[in-house]
Order: sequence, then structure tokens, then C-alpha cells
Amino acid sequence: MALKINMGEFHERVEKGIHNTFMRGAVAGAQERLRTRRLEAAEELGNWEEWRALGEEIRQHTLENLDYYLMQLSENVKKRGGHVFFAQTAEEANDYICRVVASKQAKKIVKSKSMVTEEIHMNAALEKLGCEVIETDLGEYILQVDDHDPPSHIVAPALHKNKEQIRDVFKEKLAYTKTEKPEELALHARHMLRHEYMTADVGITGCNFAIAESGSITLVTNEGNADLVTALPKTQITVMGMERIVPTFEEMEVLVSLLTRSAVGQKLTSYITVLTGPREEGEVDGPEEFHLVIVDNGRSDILGTEFQSVLQCIRCAACVNVCPVYRHIGGHSYGSIYSGPIGAVLSPLLGGYDDYKELPYASTLCAACTEACPVKIPLHELLLKHRQTIVEREGKAPISEKLAMKAFGLGAASSLLYKLGSKIAPTAVNPFTTNDRISKGPGPLKAWTDIREFPAPEKERFRDWLKQRGNE
Amino acid sequence: MEAFLQRIASRLGRDVRTSVERPKWKHAPQHTVFQGYSQDELLDELKKQCTRIHTTLVETTAGRLVDAIDDVIAAHGGGPIVVANDERYEQFGLSSLFTREDVHVWDHTLGRANIEAAERANIGITFSDITLAESGTVVLLNNRDQGRTISFLPKTYVAIIPRSTIVPRMTQAARTIRERGHVPSCINFITGPSNSADIEMNLVVGVHGPVKATYIVITDR
Repeated sequence: MALKINMGEFHERVEKGIHNTFMRGAVAGAQERLRTRRLEAAEELGNWEEWRALGEEIRQHTLENLDYYLMQLSENVKKRGGHVFFAQTAEEANDYICRVVASKQAKKIVKSKSMVTEEIHMNAALEKLGCEVIETDLGEYILQVDDHDPPSHIVAPALHKNKEQIRDVFKEKLAYTKTEKPEELALHARHMLRHEYMTADVGITGCNFAIAESGSITLVTNEGNADLVTALPKTQITVMGMERIVPTFEEMEVLVSLLTRSAVGQKLTSYITVLTGPREEGEVDGPEEFHLVIVDNGRSDILGTEFQSVLQCIRCAACVNVCPVYRHIGGHSYGSIYSGPIGAVLSPLLGGYDDYKELPYASTLCAACTEACPVKIPLHELLLKHRQTIVEREGKAPISEKLAMKAFGLGAASSLLYKLGSKIAPTAVNPFTTNDRISKGPGPLKAWTDIREFPAPEKERFRDWLKQRGNE
Repeated sequence: MEAFLQRIASRLGRDVRTSVERPKWKHAPQHTVFQGYSQDELLDELKKQCTRIHTTLVETTAGRLVDAIDDVIAAHGGGPIVVANDERYEQFGLSSLFTREDVHVWDHTLGRANIEAAERANIGITFSDITLAESGTVVLLNNRDQGRTISFLPKTYVAIIPRSTIVPRMTQAARTIRERGHVPSCINFITGPSNSADIEMNLVVGVHGPVKATYIVITDR
């Protein structure tokens, strides 16, 4: 899976999403549950706004001094016997990872959930090398078993699937014989994956937060899969987006608290694991060799721009869980592994406007995302900035908007045309009008009237009415 | 590396920084949680939190600890058991645990055999080094005598918690770890059993790690 998930044009994707009744029900239910749990967790603290302010302060300071903290991290990882590789591009990252894997003659790789490895398309590179790459996060595992179905939510990747679908996939691919009960399905995955952990040559993880001062990486899970991925194989490779770093343990602690509360409403998830270097003298579990791959892949281009604050993101998906647009169209509609408001801001920056110019418009600018963000990224403002950039600098406004503006410009520039246009409007739409409502609109109106009615133009124009009134 | 960092610095419109003062943050809400609570009050909070994380909490005294552990072991179907090679077991009068036939004591000289024992084990037992009242979390500073897998591979995980190890929240643990100097290769913050909500948002307890978790609090130590 790369950043881009190939599922047709934006409008086709949305069309598909909107008509996927199960997905829409699942998304609405999940949003409801996660949003409520987040609010409860925040309320319990009593001073949530102060927590957010601290989160923002830490993230801003770290980004402003990112070069320093990355250097410190790298030195401290090396001091503890780890290897560090700085990858400017996805290709460089994959080349390095493949080199390490090849040097171990590794065949089987277990992996815990990581967005950045999806972004750089790492699995495909490793599979090309002849390796078997096994996702161990339950949601990711389900998607992988189902012929690499793309994730639709940053935190709950298989949200769009129901348990019957999962049962059928397990039956077909994993010789599963039991029912659609989540407990039984999870137990089956547990049995299948236990064996994989015990026999894997390399474990690959993402990184929630690296700690510069100690040269550590922090992994946040509920399942404990990252712990087995890092405890059992002889070689560990951790891949991190270069901005996922904090100065010390004390800042890590604050951000982990913000992350778990915002993502799932838990005070802490079941497993927060801080790993420093490879195993130490005499230890028998943990990796013999540890590699940290720090990935830029377009992030530095965001630094120093008006979009810099998007790099504050800690990937909690709180913005996704409150977004009314995501609720209706689902994660796949975004065409990117990063969905929802954060995806609409980040995907055009990492993947370019050619593929993602529609996303900043997939928003009502209601600002619920900005309000939910635990590190105070002004998401809806960044969406507006994207629109400005798209129209002003890139000249890539959506064609419908361009045409409408052009037509309005033409019509409004000539008083004759304007008079004519406004006069014939009621007649022109007459065939589509019932009881002053248009429910099956022509041309550009269709997208609107597919889901709601449009009021028909008044039979009398305002200017005629005013004139008439003046005469009375 | 130089080019990578140079690029970041130039995007930020300056030269590469070789020293940065860690600021004093304007906000510090984390210190207000359970501020001024006594150990008893913290224990109460821990108990409350355990009801929310699918974790059984048992209270006992140092004198009755052996019986309490035996009860917990029996309640979870007995051995095989894997424990750390930790001097605290002896300090707390738990040497009898080591002589049970179904107990594997972690011995780093045995290498991978320890991991196999943990994989076969029904129950894994460790002490908690620091315990977080707010979240119901036990903190394990692992080392060669306490393998990482003791708390992950067995079906049930049991943590022994001296009351004196309870602090308000992760804030205090982070500071302690920072001040200790050498950071262990693996620190676990464990909050109840393994779980997942990846299938239709239904909570399933026990996915890759333990299916059950029990905390035994020693109230007089």
C-alpha cells in the first residue's frame, strides 16, 4: 500500500462510499462511540484545554528544533548499539530496509501497525525481495488476508468491514471453521499469529514517539502485538516519520496521554512500550540488532511553510471521528491511507495536488476537527489555505467551480445578459419544477438534487417586485 | 545525515542547531492529577481504575502474600508458571514459588529455553517497579533476569504491587526513569490484559498478549 490507494476518481469513490450502507452505519457508530469516549476522557481531567496547550507547545518547540533533536536521537541510538539511517525518500528507506533484510537472509517478517511503512510502500518492496511480510495488528491482519484491502481509518483500519465479511475471508483464506463472533475470530488470529512471531526473522515497527534524550522509541498498542514483534525476532527495524520525536521522557508522557485519550478515550492503552537499543548483555529476548530508519519523504517541504503545523500531528484520528464528511463518505473516498480532515490536509502535501486537489473541498469547514485536535492543529484553516493555493497559485480550481464563475462573470458583466438570464431562469427550470421545488435538477444541479431538493427560482424577480412596489 | 539535517535547518531558515535549551513549558496540567493524595487514596484510585480495565485486583499483606498468590494461581488453572529471577521474591518470602515443580525461573544462561518456557506457561508473574494509580498501569523495568516475554506470552499475567510503588500517574514514572540514568532496553507500561476493538468496534479481551490480568497489592509494604 502506498500513500495513494487506487480506487478510481474522487467522485466515483465518494459515490461508492455513499451507497455502502454497512460502511456508513459502521462509521457513524464508531464515530459516535469514539467521540463520546474522547469527550469523557477529556472531561475527567477537568483541564483539557491546558493539556492541549501543553501538547501544542511541545510539538511546536520540537518542530522548530527538529534538526537538533534528530541529531541527539541519532547519537543516543548509536551509543546504545543501534544503527540509524536517514532516508530522504521512500526509495532510500526501502533500499536500506531491503539491504538489512537481505543481509540476514530473512524470509519471514512480522510487522506491527505503522502508517509510515504504508506510506513508503515498504511491504511491496520486501515482497519483491521474496519475503513474506505479516501484519500483526488484528485490523491490519484482516485487511492483509483479504487481498490487501486498503485501511479506511488511521486507528481502526478495518472499520468498513462487518464480522460476517471477516468470517468469510477467514474461512476462505485461513481454513477457519467457526462463527462470526469477534471473540472466536480474534482467537483464530491469535493462534495463527503466535506461530508467526515465534518463527519470524525480522520484526518491523513504526514509532509513535522517539525520545531524543535517551535514544528510545515508544510504541502504543492495545493488542500487545508490537511487543511480540520486538521481543522475538533477532533483528528489529523501526521506521519513523522524522517529525515523530520528543525531547525527553517527560514530553513523551504528556503526548502519550493526549494520544490515548484522543484516539480511544483510554487513560493509557494496554501496552506502552519504550525500547532503547538492541537487547543488552545477557538478555535473551529482544533483538540482537536494532535499526532505526528516519524518513523525510516530503515532510521537510512542509517545514517553514504555512502548513508546518500539520507536522504536529500525533495520528490519534480524533479529527476523523468528528468529521461530518468522513461520516458520509468513509475512509476509502479520500483515496489515501490518510483519511478524514488530517488526510485532506496531509495527502495533498505528501502526494501533490494532481492526485488530491479534491480533498480540501471535502469539508464543510465546520471546524469540529480543529476543536478536537489534541495538539491544536488549525485543520480547517489549513484546508482553506489549500483551497487558496489550488485556485491562486496552481490554477486548479474544480472545473465546475471554474465554469460557474466564468458564466457568472460573463452574465454579471453585461446588464443585458444579466436581465435576460434572470428573466428566463424560472422558465428554463420549469420542466424540472414541482411545487416550487426542483428534485431532479439538470447539469450541475444534479449533484445537489440527487440527495436533496433545490428551491425553484421565484417567478417574479426581485428588481421587478421592487419596481412594482415603488409604483404602488 | 548532515545533508538530511541541513535540509531541515534551511527549510526553517537558519543554520543547523548544535544545542537547544529544553524550555520550561508554560503549562503543566499533568502535575495536578491526584496532587497531595496519600498512598491509601492512591490505592483507592487504582482499585477504581481496575474495574474499568478488565483487571482483578487482590489486596493482601506481606504476611499473607504466599497464600494470596497460591489462590490466584489456582483460580487461573495452575501452572506452568514463569517468573523473573528477582531478589524481591525472596525479600517478600516467596522462595517457595521457586521450588514448585511447575515454575520456570528466568535464567539468562539458558538462552532461548526461557522464551519457550514463557510460551508454554499459563501464568507469568513479575513485580511492578512503579504503579500508576490514574490509569491502573504497572511499569516493568526489564533486564536480563526479567525477560520481556514473561508478561506477554503466558495466558494470564499477574503483577505483584507493593503499595509503596503507587504514584499518581505516568508523570512521576517518567521523571523517575529519567533521573535513574541508565534506561533499560525495554520498559513496559502495562494496563490490564491485551485487547482489540478492530472487529466492528466490539471489545475483545485477549488478542496477542495475556487474556487475563490480575494485580496483587501488598498493602503494608
